[in-house]
Amino acid sequence: MRSKVVFRRLLRNKQARYGFIALLLLVALAYVGPYFGAYDWQEKDFMAFMSAPDADHWWGTTSIGQDMYAVTLRGMQKSIIIGLLVAVISTGVAAIVGAFAGYFGGWVDKVLMWGVDLLLVLPSFLIIAIISPKLRDGTWWWFVVLLAAFSWMITSRVVRSMTLSLREREYVLAAVYMGIPRWKIILRHIVPNLASLLIIDATLNVSGAIIGEAALSFFGFGIQPPDVSLGTLIAEGSRNATGYPWLFAFPAGLLVALVLSVNLIGDGLRDALDPGSNS
Amino acid sequence: MGKYLLRRLAINVILVAIAASLAYMLAATTMNPRAAYEGRQPPVPEATIDATLDAYNLNDKTPVLTRYATWAKGVVTGDFGKTWNGGSVNQEMGRRVMVSLRLLLIGTLLGFALGVALGAFSAVKQYKLSDRLIGVTSFVIMAIPVFVLATLLAIATYNLNRGLGFTLIEYTGEYNPQLSGWDQFVNRLNHLILPTISLSLGSIAFYSRIQRNMMLDVLGQDFVRTAMAKGLRRRKALTKHALRTALIPSATYFAFAFGTMFTGATFTEKIFNWHGMGAWLVDSINQNDVNSVAAVTFFAAVCVLAAAFLSDLLVAALDPRVRVS
Repeated sequence: MRSKVVFRRLLRNKQARYGFIALLLLVALAYVGPYFGAYDWQEKDFMAFMSAPDADHWWGTTSIGQDMYAVTLRGMQKSIIIGLLVAVISTGVAAIVGAFAGYFGGWVDKVLMWGVDLLLVLPSFLIIAIISPKLRDGTWWWFVVLLAAFSWMITSRVVRSMTLSLREREYVLAAVYMGIPRWKIILRHIVPNLASLLIIDATLNVSGAIIGEAALSFFGFGIQPPDVSLGTLIAEGSRNATGYPWLFAFPAGLLVALVLSVNLIGDGLRDALDPGSNS
Repeated sequence: MGKYLLRRLAINVILVAIAASLAYMLAATTMNPRAAYEGRQPPVPEATIDATLDAYNLNDKTPVLTRYATWAKGVVTGDFGKTWNGGSVNQEMGRRVMVSLRLLLIGTLLGFALGVALGAFSAVKQYKLSDRLIGVTSFVIMAIPVFVLATLLAIATYNLNRGLGFTLIEYTGEYNPQLSGWDQFVNRLNHLILPTISLSLGSIAFYSRIQRNMMLDVLGQDFVRTAMAKGLRRRKALTKHALRTALIPSATYFAFAFGTMFTGATFTEKIFNWHGMGAWLVDSINQNDVNSVAAVTFFAAVCVLAAAFLSDLLVAALDPRVRVS
């Protein structure tokens, strides 16, 4: 079985192994960690504003007395969820659009690729920056949708060009002659054969989305208060990072660790799935 | 060829027009420039606000389409309108493009040159300690977002300056306006150090990885062996034959980076307090400055498309296979 071979290769790959271990630890910290902390992330300790890390507040407190440990883990949960959702949505859209455009050709292809070109030229930063603060009352779901909407285009072009060659393969032609509907051929025969590309892309999209979220939140265009994410925490921390380093160090360090571990997995996956790569 | 270029130009003009129009519509319908005048003490009469906003083509009482028509008429003749407080968008843009250029030129060039050199070096030394070291370092640097990196640099400099007791490296702004002549030039260079490091580290890491992969592909190929077999020195064979061919992908990325250089670097500009194009985008959104938002978008779209064109041209010039097809 191919999947077994790939899995074994992945386990043998040192990068992927370390990446997986690191990611598991980070996810565990984000979701299990809060149960060990003494404070809830919304709780405010009026006896300790901006206090340095000590036995009571492990990672110090913020300017309004929130426990940095609880707040940071809460922000990390949000960043992880946003990263995963955006990656899954954008890779899924890329696969569907690219495969349909490549398989159908003709005017479907033209219209879809024109849409891709248009989305590439549109100022995504500006559009998200203007729209997402207006959704203050709305949930962060909208933010996920917006981020995903602007991150699938380049992959869909790659998928399209690969579909063009896949559709001439014998098994696809056989399916056509057996009278299987075209949408079924795309979903059953074309997309699964692009799986390795899509898995790698989805993984790297996770780290891209986490950074994208943090970047937009850094300017206040992303997650809106009172909700927190690693981006909003880093933005707040970097404002007075020289005087109160713990406000900056913990969220920034965790963000880098998160991105690094996801990238390690992505690189390991590429080695295991794509025999042509040489890194 | 001429026909192809013309068609491409036409498509690009349409794309720029759509992008800019959409940005204008979005900004004009959601932003509220009136807010900047309404909250003043002493209060400004509404008729005065209306007259001011009308003069700047920002009045939300005028239908959006009318405002859009006025704006588009101006843009076609090369006038991007007024900022929220009545300044000329054109002048502001000219000034800010130069700021971004002064900030980014050195960083872009340095990033490309050092990145390519490091990548080629690490390919030649494949699997040796130096290759591993370069690989791991660039991997880690690529995982650090630029706003974290820039803040780290600023903290380090702050501590360094405090430890020394005087300001060795400046970390905010573009220059000290009190100095003049040679002193000011040196001061400007000093202000450039930190932003340049924070900009170029990322691109050094990026280029070095691409360059290493390409170089490894090329090193195994026949023409490099032939070059050595006919008696060329190793150094010469590597630089003249291998590196030159392996440069194509990095060069196309570089052409793209060079073209988009004019749009500025949002994070670096904001964190180190430079008032360039990137900072303008964020500032104009925060100030409800409709015409500036549209102008930045227009300019960015033009730059991206021109950069894409530039990198295509460069591939055609460097790669004989592309020219033939």
